[in-house]
Amino acid sequence: MLAFVIRRFIQAVVVVLVVAFLSFLLFNFVGDPVNNMVGQDASIADREEMREALGLNDPLIVRFAHYVLNAVQGDFGMSLRLQRRVGTLIVERMPATLELVAASAVLALTIGIGLGVFTGIKRSHWLSRVILTVSLIGVSLPTFVIGICLIYVFSVLLGWLPSFGRGETVNIGGWSTGFLTASGWQAIIMPAITLSLFQMTLILRLVRTEMLEVMRTDFIKFARARGLSNRAINFGHALRNTLVPVITIAGLNIGSLIAFSIITETVFQWPGMGFLFIQAVQFADIPVMAAYLSLVAVVFVTINMIVDLAYYAIDPRLRATVGRGR
Amino acid sequence: MKLTSLLGGAAVALALAVSPAYAKNTLRWASQGDALTLDPHAQNESPTIAMNLNIMEPLVRSDRELKPEPALATSWKVLEPTVWEFKLREGVKFHDGDTFDADDVIFSIKRAQSKNSDFKDQIGSIKEVKKIDDHTVHLITTGPNPILPNQLLTIAMMSKEWSEKHDVVEVQDYKNKQETYAIRNTNGTGPFKLQLREPDVRTILVKNEDWWGVKNHGNVDEVVYTPIANAATRVAALLSGELEFVLDPPLQDLERVKRTAGLKVLKTPQNRSIFFGLNVGAAELGSSDVKGKNPLADPKVRRAMYQAIDIKAIGQKVMRGDAEPAGIIAAPFVRGWTKELDQRLPYDVDGAKKLLAEAGYPNGFTVKLDCPNDRYINDEAICQAAVGMLARIGVKVNLDAQPKSLHFPKLAKRETDMYMLGWGVTTLDSHYVFSFLAHTKGTWNATGYSNPRVDELTEAMEIEIDPEKRDAMIAEVWKILKEDNVYLPLHHQVISWAMRENVDLPIIANDQPQFRYAVMK
Repeated sequence: MLAFVIRRFIQAVVVVLVVAFLSFLLFNFVGDPVNNMVGQDASIADREEMREALGLNDPLIVRFAHYVLNAVQGDFGMSLRLQRRVGTLIVERMPATLELVAASAVLALTIGIGLGVFTGIKRSHWLSRVILTVSLIGVSLPTFVIGICLIYVFSVLLGWLPSFGRGETVNIGGWSTGFLTASGWQAIIMPAITLSLFQMTLILRLVRTEMLEVMRTDFIKFARARGLSNRAINFGHALRNTLVPVITIAGLNIGSLIAFSIITETVFQWPGMGFLFIQAVQFADIPVMAAYLSLVAVVFVTINMIVDLAYYAIDPRLRATVGRGR
Repeated sequence: MKLTSLLGGAAVALALAVSPAYAKNTLRWASQGDALTLDPHAQNESPTIAMNLNIMEPLVRSDRELKPEPALATSWKVLEPTVWEFKLREGVKFHDGDTFDADDVIFSIKRAQSKNSDFKDQIGSIKEVKKIDDHTVHLITTGPNPILPNQLLTIAMMSKEWSEKHDVVEVQDYKNKQETYAIRNTNGTGPFKLQLREPDVRTILVKNEDWWGVKNHGNVDEVVYTPIANAATRVAALLSGELEFVLDPPLQDLERVKRTAGLKVLKTPQNRSIFFGLNVGAAELGSSDVKGKNPLADPKVRRAMYQAIDIKAIGQKVMRGDAEPAGIIAAPFVRGWTKELDQRLPYDVDGAKKLLAEAGYPNGFTVKLDCPNDRYINDEAICQAAVGMLARIGVKVNLDAQPKSLHFPKLAKRETDMYMLGWGVTTLDSHYVFSFLAHTKGTWNATGYSNPRVDELTEAMEIEIDPEKRDAMIAEVWKILKEDNVYLPLHHQVISWAMRENVDLPIIANDQPQFRYAVMK
């Protein structure tokens, strides 16, 4: 078990380094931040000097080495756009993204699993068919269309919900939360729905398929013959067995939600990390982009590791094979 | 079930929600990009200047027509060719209570000229600032500089004591490892004080009751700014009543806003002109199928391309009527502009084809057009329209539209044969156009154009004090540029501001709202 964890950890470090290196290869093509940093008056000599000072003329390997050496000491450099430390910026924006992701993950999981079980058990019910058809919308509509539609209906036409921002936030020891104010809750509803729809549909259909499979197995028949209640069968036994693939997908999705809530954050002006990233791309703010992409790699490998470990908790069969090594 | 309890919880949350009560006369507004910093000397960029000049003030400020008017200086005059005397306003206090005097002026100008200041080229002609007494300073220039007051319009005055106390005597160095105090904190003399600054999230300004000009102040007590990057969301927030003012509504939504009850749209021509630059200096164009010579170097070819562009159609279809066709690359506010100069060559497709044939290209040629897609209003769409129009005379244009971070380096590296550029004339004087775009060594002159007479005149007008002689030089340069057609003028941009009917905020052509004028009914 310990060997397994250590091995995965080393693999994780390698993945992060590779991602960081590939990002640096790409940065040659994002454009010139210096032009965005100075006014149109600045002379050519000044621009060249700035480019030299920022190390933008150094060869790729040198820049990458500097970046890694600084990063392991916790110094991610200064944002070229805002002249503030990149580490501070990311830490400032993280609560917004994490809260949004948490809210949409909770929505997606509860509604997805709930409806998935329902449509799995009562598969010929007319409501099941309606749910499945409507769920196609969640997969096929792009997030910005959903977001803008929600804004149009609930902010412009009805005036119930705010169309942008996080509302009032409360600072608890460095973590700014929107969950303690009414306006914070109002503000998170639409972005969370927008972000969760795709996942919700995925989980719904996955749970449904797995449930259909499991319900046909022998042990379910025996449980029913034994007289167990429907609730015990459906949730205690059937659902438990469908969870392994659901957890994998949910885990990967959460990783991609944290990394790529960019569109939703931009539409709703949600001050999270995704929004910071897109602004960095537009400005060619390389330190922010490098730090963000490395962070995304770390998030993904961590989540994958947690998901793998979660398998053992859920599926007893896997615990038996680990002892023998892979 | 879980679903019902979730819905129930949501309903309760909504029911409990109360619209926050706003203070009297709060103006909530949004635009696409936030100010980058509150250090007034760090970034020479319009949204940053706009935000900072509501909090801090220059010696000379722009009035509603962009003419210089007294701000922290009450009067100025030329004593000798290289000495300007500025009399400072008395009884002015900074937001923290310090008095404003000549020491602050000397400090601020030195700071704005320092190595890391983005304004140092703008006031590069000031050699020394001498204190005569607490309320009089002499600005000594390297040579006669007739437009010094115009160059001071965006140089904000900071408090020497405050800057020393907070260790911001130096402008933030881009190599610094820490952010400086001045990036998010201010101490100005202006009509508004900073209450809260969350970059990219929210900035709140409150009225300065002790402002020296407070009796001419409108009635806005609080200004709340939130950047909203997505254009649709920005308009939605205005329509839903969450904002009173949007600086940059997208063109396609203007009709919608105008039709909505309670909203209005204000328009004005901007001091920014959009044009194409042609590479006339290269011996051969890298992106063309013509080898051995440069078709753009032939004035007939340039004239043909000029006359092939139907700017009326672009104005109607692409800009939806919001553009002023241009005959020169400077807007009407700029000193040196005349109505005659701004007359375009006639739109004439057949004439253009004839000119091309005369020049030796009866079948036209190919060329690549570099265009930004996120900098000017409908920039990519204008380029696409032009591509179609040039194709009619046989010039086959390959369009390369890229974000500004990728587009402008091409100009800097002089790696472009034909490009779109927009130029805003901040000093409102033609010299600003010539020195950057027409002079052989102009920073933004990526055309390779080099005319010794233009260079000579540009350098001469910089130090010519006699306004008549200077205006004659300006006129001569424009005449030469119009004949040479190295730049194909398109139009002067028109900016639109969208706001509630009951908000009276006059629109200003430099796109920088001055909230001291705002009146909310």
